[in-house]
Amino acid sequence: MRSRFALLYPLAGVVLIVALWALACWLISIPTVVLPSPDKVLRALIVRGDLLLNESWITLKETLYGFVLALLIGLPLAVAVANSRPLNLMFYPLLIALQSVPKVALAPMILVWLGTGLESKLAIVWLVAFFPIIVDTAAGLRATPKELLELAHSLNASPLQIFLKVQLPAALPFVVTGAKVAITLAVIGAVIGEFVGSSEGLGFLLLSATSQLDTPLAFAALFALSVLGIFAYALVGMGEKMMSTWLPPAPARH
Amino acid sequence: MAFGVIKHVRKVFQLEEIGWTALEPVVALDDASFQFEEGELVALLGPSGCGKTTLLRIVGGLIAKSAGSVAIADREVTKPMGDYGFVFQAPSLMPWRNVLDNVLFPMEILKKNDAAARRYALELLQLVGLSGFLSARPHQLSGGMQQRVALCRALVHRPRLLLMDEPFGALDELTRMEMNDLLLRIRRETKASVLFVTHSISEAIYLSDKVVVFSQRPARVVKEIPVALGYPRSQKLRFTSAFTTAERIASEALGVVAPAEASAR
Repeated sequence: MRSRFALLYPLAGVVLIVALWALACWLISIPTVVLPSPDKVLRALIVRGDLLLNESWITLKETLYGFVLALLIGLPLAVAVANSRPLNLMFYPLLIALQSVPKVALAPMILVWLGTGLESKLAIVWLVAFFPIIVDTAAGLRATPKELLELAHSLNASPLQIFLKVQLPAALPFVVTGAKVAITLAVIGAVIGEFVGSSEGLGFLLLSATSQLDTPLAFAALFALSVLGIFAYALVGMGEKMMSTWLPPAPARH
Repeated sequence: MAFGVIKHVRKVFQLEEIGWTALEPVVALDDASFQFEEGELVALLGPSGCGKTTLLRIVGGLIAKSAGSVAIADREVTKPMGDYGFVFQAPSLMPWRNVLDNVLFPMEILKKNDAAARRYALELLQLVGLSGFLSARPHQLSGGMQQRVALCRALVHRPRLLLMDEPFGALDELTRMEMNDLLLRIRRETKASVLFVTHSISEAIYLSDKVVVFSQRPARVVKEIPVALGYPRSQKLRFTSAFTTAERIASEALGVVAPAEASAR
């Protein structure tokens, strides 16, 4: 019963908004350049489907590669920062401070350094995705219940045992939370990278479509971008599901 | 020599140990001395925050003492010995493990997680009445059930000494009584030596062979009260005059009841 409504209501909401949108376009006859009606966007989606798919693939690759790179570098660094007191004192405050710096503002600079190819996009995506991963993971590792650590110490557990059997599993929920924030930011990073300097990807398509006053295509690109974002988030969600036996019960959903 | 010999143990927490939260070093434990025999259950009774937990951690080798000596089975304790069992105030189970795997955690660390370990874990879980919950996760259990799992986890590696830090303090009265009886039954089966920290006078007397009473912080041992009530015990014991007499002696030692007032009766 509940599951049917769980799908029905959001769907009804979307239909309502699209209907209002179509109605507005038809009633006040807004020019297509300003706001294309839903059917024009749909036509753009179908007619330019191949183009959208190609550009989406490029943006998705940038997003995922950068995200994985952030994981690969962020996780070991988080372990180092959480477990070494000197490293923690030296870098943890810095990490927190850097997290509030708008990193997309560095995009133009990165472009100068790395050019307009894949490298600069990866760097930007990495930069935005890296911080939530390292900060959340380090917080999770440091939040390991004291009693569990004492229990392990009382059994003369080795540092590796403590890490693998206590700290890491205790930190996993934090890692997942960080990864979820990171993947959302990664999509934004990829698009920003393409905005600043690129000849491909959905961000580029969006820019060129608007500059050519092809608003239906711009909207179609926007739609593709949303789908891409949801897809990337779902991938992380799948990862979470796969580890669910390791994770504590999900807190109440909002 | 006695099984456990604790002599003039003193603990001063330096400021860097407690993260500069105090203005001067904190003397948690002033002078603690007492002895106990193998197989005895000794209750460490004292006001909240008096330093008895600190003593328990020193005996367990988890923190270093500032002065004095602790010898268990003729070994001076300076680091964790690996063959003690710990039960904390909170169950402190691993939410990502089921009941059986939580109990087997010490055996994994000690690299002795074999069929015999599994058999013994099952036996212990049977003893505490949790045979039906082997694959349940901690969050699916009540507080009392979680603490029973923690008790099994503390016993699974057949420790020489069981250290319990107010393990039933967070439970309601009835569950607590149930757990007290359970502990006595388990102890009869496993013949474990137990140090049991509590701030409940009646719990201390109900469980133990001997109550060691501590003063306010910095803690000193103010009295040792032998509890000659015999085992097995049942809740009826609480209403005997021998029990209430022991309670009064402990209350006087704690300063809850003035000795003058008691002797005037």
